[in-house]
Amino acid sequence: MCKLRCLTCAALAACCGAFISSPPTTGKAAAAAAPATGAPKQVAFERAAQCIPWPRRRQLSLTTAAGDGSEDLPHLTQDEVRRYSRHLILPDVGVEGQRRLKASSVLAIGAGGLGSPALLYLAAAGVGRVGIVDDDVVDESNLQRQVIHGTSTLGVSKVESARTRILDINPHVQVELYPEQLTSDNALDIIKGYDVVLDGSDNFPTKYLVNDACVLQGVPNVYGAILGFEGQVSVFSYKGGPNYRDLLPVPPNPGDVPSCAEGGVLGILPGVIGCIQATEVIKILLGKGDVLSGRLLIYDALKMTFKESALLPRSEPIAGLVDYQGFCGFAPKSSAAAAAAAAAASAAAHAQPPPRFERVSAQAAAERLASGWSPFVLDVRLPQEAKIASLPFADMVVPHREVARVAAALPRDRDILVHCKVGGRSSKACETLAALGFERLYNLEGGIIAWANEIDRSLAVY
Amino acid sequence: MKVKVLFFASCRELAGTKEIAVTLEGAENSTEALRKKLVELLPALEPVAWGITLAVNHEYTDPGQNVQLKDGDEVALIPPISGG
Repeated sequence: MCKLRCLTCAALAACCGAFISSPPTTGKAAAAAAPATGAPKQVAFERAAQCIPWPRRRQLSLTTAAGDGSEDLPHLTQDEVRRYSRHLILPDVGVEGQRRLKASSVLAIGAGGLGSPALLYLAAAGVGRVGIVDDDVVDESNLQRQVIHGTSTLGVSKVESARTRILDINPHVQVELYPEQLTSDNALDIIKGYDVVLDGSDNFPTKYLVNDACVLQGVPNVYGAILGFEGQVSVFSYKGGPNYRDLLPVPPNPGDVPSCAEGGVLGILPGVIGCIQATEVIKILLGKGDVLSGRLLIYDALKMTFKESALLPRSEPIAGLVDYQGFCGFAPKSSAAAAAAAAAASAAAHAQPPPRFERVSAQAAAERLASGWSPFVLDVRLPQEAKIASLPFADMVVPHREVARVAAALPRDRDILVHCKVGGRSSKACETLAALGFERLYNLEGGIIAWANEIDRSLAVY
Repeated sequence: MKVKVLFFASCRELAGTKEIAVTLEGAENSTEALRKKLVELLPALEPVAWGITLAVNHEYTDPGQNVQLKDGDEVALIPPISGG
């Protein structure tokens, strides 16, 4: 039995040896040769290893170490050698690089559009430990782009859904879950255990928080952001290079920049941007190539162009974490002290007068309408949103950024009920109109979605 | 002198175009003068034109910095985005 196995092994090893010792081929020839010779070579490696007496196997293992400290890296099992064979034959990865990936850790902030493709590829590539921070659950509207999730995980927490898929792709990966929101209270603790952070968050407060926490912990932050057909990528906090505050020293006013939920996003876009982020993560972990630090890469899917802008470190040193909701002009969420500090920062960044309009819930508005209230109803969403679902009694549709332009057409002697999708843009529109002297303004809290959920279930929820 | 102005993301929607050539006359050869000129040419840019960071010839400028421009320069208006 053993003799037979060794004979088979010898034959296959000879075949494998012939492959290795043949002169290197390039281009199409190499690509064409790979599928044909790949399979027997893998078999040969495994069977040959089974036949080699223990002392020789140990020597084989030692020859894979480069003698530059990589001896401390974890070894690859035979399963892993088979799985990562296309990496192992790549000169800039090789056995040592793959062992480096196995010893590495990455923290993904968000398992959404950007986190999905990045996590899939980082897990498949063999990064040893992957952390995921997300407090959301999988929603149907996510599936157009968040490809780590599926119809079978609708309603499941995103971190759990992502772990299931990751372990299916690569059971060698250790997955750590943080089913919570990243906050100023937990960010430093969560981030400090990881080699690289991949920022796939979807809002400005979190982007500033991730940035500051990474700078304070000295962890590289691979940043990505998307909207519509455009994406941005850069690497911050890398070897003393620039950070997010060098790109955006002052946050935009709340509501000035639409989220993907408001503005829409091409489903493939986060695939492109998330994969570029994952590529930078791998390069940083391997210590190979030119890392995208000090440069902002801007991708335009419509023009199919990649443009770059140089970015220099110029921001003030970061002293500590603050309340980022407050810093970005939103209502502070955390402790009183942080809230006070953030309120001061916010007042400096956004000197805004208090709103001069009423707020009305869907329930209250419905009751008032039933008892004879007859406001002018202004829909400040985009025309394409109005095509998905509209209040049947809406009088005008005009995007919130353009309300000033149509102010002359709006009644001043009548109540105006302003609504958008969930209430943010309509609040901005009310502020704009109030500044133009309109006094009888009502913002529909929760927007048409609240109306659809609470009052009229026949409306589509998008 | 003429400079090329590129609009990205929401700036492109407001401007209604991806790029324009802007002529600056005489002493009006700085980024501040360009912002003013852009609002004249494209009033819809008013809400963003004054505060947005500009990239001149593929390099981000400091916020509030008034950079001298020269003929043929390329200035990009790159608004912040935060989607993920």
